[in-house]
Amino acid sequence: MSSIKIRTKRRNGQTQIRTLITHPMENGRNKDKKKQLIPAHYIQQLWVEHNQVKVMSCNMAGSISKNPFFVFQLIGGNVGDKITITWEDNLGNTDTNDRIID
Amino acid sequence: MLKSRRNFIKKVLSYASYGWLTSTGFLYSGLAKAQWTKEFFAASNYQDILNQLFPDVTYIKSKKIKFSRLPRKAENGAIVPIKITCDLENVHKIIILVRKNPHPLIAEFFLSSAVASEVTARIKMAKSGDVTVIAEAEGKIYYNKQHVKVTVGGCGG
Repeated sequence: MSSIKIRTKRRNGQTQIRTLITHPMENGRNKDKKKQLIPAHYIQQLWVEHNQVKVMSCNMAGSISKNPFFVFQLIGGNVGDKITITWEDNLGNTDTNDRIID
Repeated sequence: MLKSRRNFIKKVLSYASYGWLTSTGFLYSGLAKAQWTKEFFAASNYQDILNQLFPDVTYIKSKKIKFSRLPRKAENGAIVPIKITCDLENVHKIIILVRKNPHPLIAEFFLSSAVASEVTARIKMAKSGDVTVIAEAEGKIYYNKQHVKVTVGGCGG
């Protein structure tokens, strides 16, 4: 199952894109039960594509909350258009998911 | 020899065309510059980050950058919701900074003209302090800030 959930809603000529990503977003400062530092593990880049065209991107670090939640507003957007969201973290993992605007 | 000369010409041409594209503003949707820079995110000095991000600019305080979901009192510093709305034209970059965090730079958003200048996220805050949002629009740098009181910090330690 993909780590990315995407929901879209069309209103007043804009499309609201809501996304929830399952990710620990460890900033490398927290300790586990044995008082050992948990290594940093966070998403570095995220980008949104509308019909394969990149419309925005975001750089971040461990200061974004665990399981990041974002809302973006796409200008325009029609039923049947494809929204693709991709992320890449500091360990080189990556995931992508898409959703058709309904 | 011939091969290396070919490569040389290729390189020169690609650099030249890149220069032309950037100078005409073709690539400057901000997205082309969206590299993840370790120095920015690992830095711990707030002023240093500002100097690195935008050297030699004047920051204009603007009420047109609005915080619509940021609480004045956050119970849990690990999840502080923030919604930023900019009533400015052609915003192509939005930056969130939390001054008192160990690493003040939180996120950079690079927006093309296909998206509205409105962003919602959830951030971590170590302790009470200012949340600063910087927006770059048509070459000018605007900022606005709001103080948030945090009851339980969310950056570990």
